[in-house]
Amino acid sequence: MATALMTAPPEISWVDRLRSEGAEGQAAVAELHALLLKAARFEIGRRGAQLPHLRGGDQEDLAQQAADDALMAVLRKLDEFRGESRFTTWAYKFALLEAAVKVRKRAWQGREIPLEDEAWSALADAGAPAGRVAEDAELLAALREEIERLGERQREVLVAVALNGVPIDVLAERLGSTRGALYKNLHDARRNLRAALAARGLRVGTGGEEEA
Amino acid sequence: MKPDDKRDAVLGRVLGPGEPELTCEQCFEELDRYVELTVAGDGADARIPGMRAHLDGCPACAEDFASLRDLVTQEGD
Repeated sequence: MATALMTAPPEISWVDRLRSEGAEGQAAVAELHALLLKAARFEIGRRGAQLPHLRGGDQEDLAQQAADDALMAVLRKLDEFRGESRFTTWAYKFALLEAAVKVRKRAWQGREIPLEDEAWSALADAGAPAGRVAEDAELLAALREEIERLGERQREVLVAVALNGVPIDVLAERLGSTRGALYKNLHDARRNLRAALAARGLRVGTGGEEEA
Repeated sequence: MKPDDKRDAVLGRVLGPGEPELTCEQCFEELDRYVELTVAGDGADARIPGMRAHLDGCPACAEDFASLRDLVTQEGD
């Protein structure tokens, strides 16, 4: 078996080892968990600024929870690994996702979600370069009107995520939805806004460029 | 940030990339391959159309991409 492990492509051997019965399978699962824990610690470490109130022990608990959840996800989806990347890269993404979502939720725990367009004034306050003040004012006024005309869910998601910077995972948890479902709401809202602005004959690109 | 940059950043967040893009689920599915192609400089955007537009439009997926890219890069050092 040792010879087979040494000669098999590493990606194949990972999957085979994880499917093995007995001590070999258990060792592979433990090795995988250690890798996932390393990835979770990496993610939580780079997001430490979002969790200033969390002590080191709490951050480690978060990393352990993320690694545990990622391990379950990886083992559940093992059949979906297509070998198009290294196995470790494929597995890491589950740990990074679990850790990132946990950090975002922890950072927003107990905070009210701003669903009104509080950030809108920031754009108006930003002003516009000389020569573009009038067209900017027209564009912003039209945009505000068209945002008001969006359906409730599309408007809610657009304002929270795009204007107020609420993490989409946090909003999904509060609304009992998923990242994918809310992003579709956001995508549809953006498409509707672009179409509405184009129908008014307004430029809809950023940087003053007309889009095709 | 200059006013022009700020205006464009906010408009970019509100109006999105404005081109065909993957869904969040498709993005997660392709993320490992896209990251390895990116790190290898091997035509990631051409080989996985719609990924770059999605990362431009979805802050959460963009953060996931940056984390995996940096972790893989660190491992390769």
